[in-house]
Amino acid sequence: MGIIKAVNLIFDYIRRDEEEQVEGVDRALDGLNLDIKEGSFVAILGHNGSGKSTFAKQVNGILVPTEGTVLISGMDTSDEERIWDIRRTAGMVFQNPDNQIIGNTVEEDVGFGPENLGVPTEEIWKRVDESLEAVGMTAYRLKSPNKLSGGQKQRVSIAGVMAMKPKCIILDEPTAMLDPNGRKDVIRTVHDLNRREKITVLLITHYMEEAVDADRVIVMDGGRVVMDGTPREIFSRVKELKTYSLDVPQVTELADELAEAGLPITRGVLTMDELLAELVPYMKEHMTCQSKQ
Amino acid sequence: MSIKAVNLCHVYGQGTALEQYALKNVNLEIEDGQFIGLIGHTGSGKSTLIQHFNGLLRATSGELYYNGENIYAPGYDMKKLRSKVGLVFQYPEHQLFEVDVFSDVCFGPRNQGLSEEEIRARAVEALEQVGLDESYYRQSPFELSGGQKRRVAIAGVLAMHPEVLILDEPTAGLDPKGRDEILGEIEKLHRERHMTIILVSHSMEDVARYADRLIVMNRGEKMFDDTPRNVFRHYKELEAIGLAAPQVTYIVQALRKEGIPIDDSLITVEEARDAILRLVGKEPPAGDELQAGEKAPAESMPPVGEESGRSDGAEAEDESGASGVPDAAGAEVSDSSEQEDRK
Amino acid sequence: MLREITLGQYYPVDSVLHRMDPRTKLLGTLLFIISLFCTDSFLGYGAAALFLAVTIKLSKVPFKFMVRGLKAVLVLLLISVSFNLFLTPGTAIFQLGFLKITWEGLRTAVFMALRLVFLVLGSSVMTLTTTPNELTDGLEKGLGFLKKVGVPVHEVAMMMSIALRFIPILIEEADKIMKAQMARGADFESGNLVHRAKSMVPLLVPLFISAFRRATDLAMAMEARCYRGGEGRTKMKPLHYQRRDRIAQIVILCYLAVIIGMRFVL
Repeated sequence: MGIIKAVNLIFDYIRRDEEEQVEGVDRALDGLNLDIKEGSFVAILGHNGSGKSTFAKQVNGILVPTEGTVLISGMDTSDEERIWDIRRTAGMVFQNPDNQIIGNTVEEDVGFGPENLGVPTEEIWKRVDESLEAVGMTAYRLKSPNKLSGGQKQRVSIAGVMAMKPKCIILDEPTAMLDPNGRKDVIRTVHDLNRREKITVLLITHYMEEAVDADRVIVMDGGRVVMDGTPREIFSRVKELKTYSLDVPQVTELADELAEAGLPITRGVLTMDELLAELVPYMKEHMTCQSKQ
Repeated sequence: MSIKAVNLCHVYGQGTALEQYALKNVNLEIEDGQFIGLIGHTGSGKSTLIQHFNGLLRATSGELYYNGENIYAPGYDMKKLRSKVGLVFQYPEHQLFEVDVFSDVCFGPRNQGLSEEEIRARAVEALEQVGLDESYYRQSPFELSGGQKRRVAIAGVLAMHPEVLILDEPTAGLDPKGRDEILGEIEKLHRERHMTIILVSHSMEDVARYADRLIVMNRGEKMFDDTPRNVFRHYKELEAIGLAAPQVTYIVQALRKEGIPIDDSLITVEEARDAILRLVGKEPPAGDELQAGEKAPAESMPPVGEESGRSDGAEAEDESGASGVPDAAGAEVSDSSEQEDRK
Repeated sequence: MLREITLGQYYPVDSVLHRMDPRTKLLGTLLFIISLFCTDSFLGYGAAALFLAVTIKLSKVPFKFMVRGLKAVLVLLLISVSFNLFLTPGTAIFQLGFLKITWEGLRTAVFMALRLVFLVLGSSVMTLTTTPNELTDGLEKGLGFLKKVGVPVHEVAMMMSIALRFIPILIEEADKIMKAQMARGADFESGNLVHRAKSMVPLLVPLFISAFRRATDLAMAMEARCYRGGEGRTKMKPLHYQRRDRIAQIVILCYLAVIIGMRFVL
């Protein structure tokens, strides 16, 4: 069994009017089944309202299932006694970089989690040092979070979760509010952690290019898993992705368009190298005399 | 009608040790009806620049003319300037405050001192322009989705009937669908109402697709000011300042390096596809060719892509990283049914 | 303009005062203030001045930095000095029309001025040498005994600490919303009081909503990081009294004793 397992997961948001009467029920998750292998890097894609963020909050026990179960390392998130164990096992990074940093300096923020867990002081310092090193923020440890860029703040948040020594880290659209350089830094950091520390990563995003290097890509729509496979498998289904209001990286799209027009190009190309490896020999061979001049 | 900046400078903390140029000798002229993409990495001065255009910030030195009038001349009506040059800030939904959508959109026109009748007419028109029908009028703006909130906020500026519309990263934080809708509406305003648009964006694919002129800012100075095609030819310089060109540019450059004589000014997926097909003696798919070069309505917009950063270089081996692959820019212009669904 | 407000105005140098336990500094400040109110002789003020001069020297903070804090109370200072100067009855030493300066007035005015100046300087020694965090930590631990009578000391300290983190963010946000509304033609400057109060609505409503949104987010983030109140929590930077704290405490107590002694013995 994987580290995260969701079985027939249903979650309803209940809207209430002013008298606390139930006004309506919005089903955010609708019979979701998922099993995530320890140590893997999984990207969950979906447009806003597809249920992906609601699922993220289920994994960390911030929300508990209306029906069905979520198991984290075998622990049921509905079990209130295990909630703190679940949260230290599956750490969470949120979207807004400002609204999740508690400390007034970088190092104090990273120490916040271990402090809550009752870790002895010396061990806290060790963990803070290691976590800051792991995300490359050691040089900023005494800085105020307000003086950092968005990408740096998100890396501090990641370090804050790492200091709790989780097995798994869930990132709920961590790059949505960042500029391209910040986005790149954060994704690179997360990949590093996955490779070096063997942390299971669940990256929730709507940027397709962030999913290219994942081990597995899951597409959600209407509170269910609608596509599930390797990036190559998923990205070869461009038309289908578009029906879920998602798009693919430009290089994938170009390959798909060329294949559509009858060129012998494999669909599901992920990098420019792959495309060029197929396109260049073909073009050299088939270029018309006119265009060779 | 135009905005003209002459030697515009903005200095923070002048005379102190922390003196810093947010803008340094910026000279530019924005003519009526242009669609301008303003790019630059965070802190390059682009946000500071646009706040000068409607008089929210005052230049430390230099002149700014709107329609030939110096806005720093004594007695110049700044309030009027602000209604002519509409500015939509980043995350504009954070400025909503009224009890319902309709009243919020009325705020701008009411400040202009218009008649109640005119105010209402403008609010109706502005909401229609952003694709919100009557069923939204009496809803609380705080109960809408992120994309809808943002449209209400944009309508709030449109209702003032600006001649120039400046948008600071209007698609930040939206998903591809929300982004397509917003950009589609902006493009429509430009096309149908000939509104001058200044779009501040981090997404090279977005500006490549829509803008007919790009202004690149770096460290408070104007670095490039040309058509997107010409600007993206300088992709190496762009990388040096933490920006990048759309991925198509890199593909085209790599093909040229291999000796394939493809036009180096292609910036969208359709253009590249058609050029490649023509080179191998195939006909591009019918219907697309005419529109590909034009600005088509939002269909499948280029995403807020993960641009290659300064260190990546154009070398192919560096492009394989997950983060270096910009997203798709393809638009199936011919397929209009899906477009209808999104309205 | 809003962004220029700085809180806690910490001056980052390394000095014995900077390294001192915040509780010692809090206690010291408190006792110094008490001493000022116990003094009403030139000798007493002399002792206070000496004590203050030594601490300022020890803090390694440039004196002109300290004086900056005085500007804020300058108006207050002038008003209280002139009130005392002109309105205290007694032996006149100077008279011009209805303005009369008395010996007693002059004396009270000078003392009042000294007291105010020393008060401001004394407390800025503390704020300049203590980070806001140390201050909250110091308050939390120093007032820990109040927990026994049901005062939520940990929670209050946590709130202070979060407020310190978010005040600059909210100030910046207020600045942004203000500009956004000005871009929509809002006018925050002209009109009468009622009109101005009304014009604040488009600023305050979004600001409150934003603060609530941030609070909700932050609460969720804190829970996700296993925050569950002060129980069972360890400290990354626990406070321990050092030898220098003991020495400082003794010095402060001696100083206070001298001041009180002067008041009652002399």
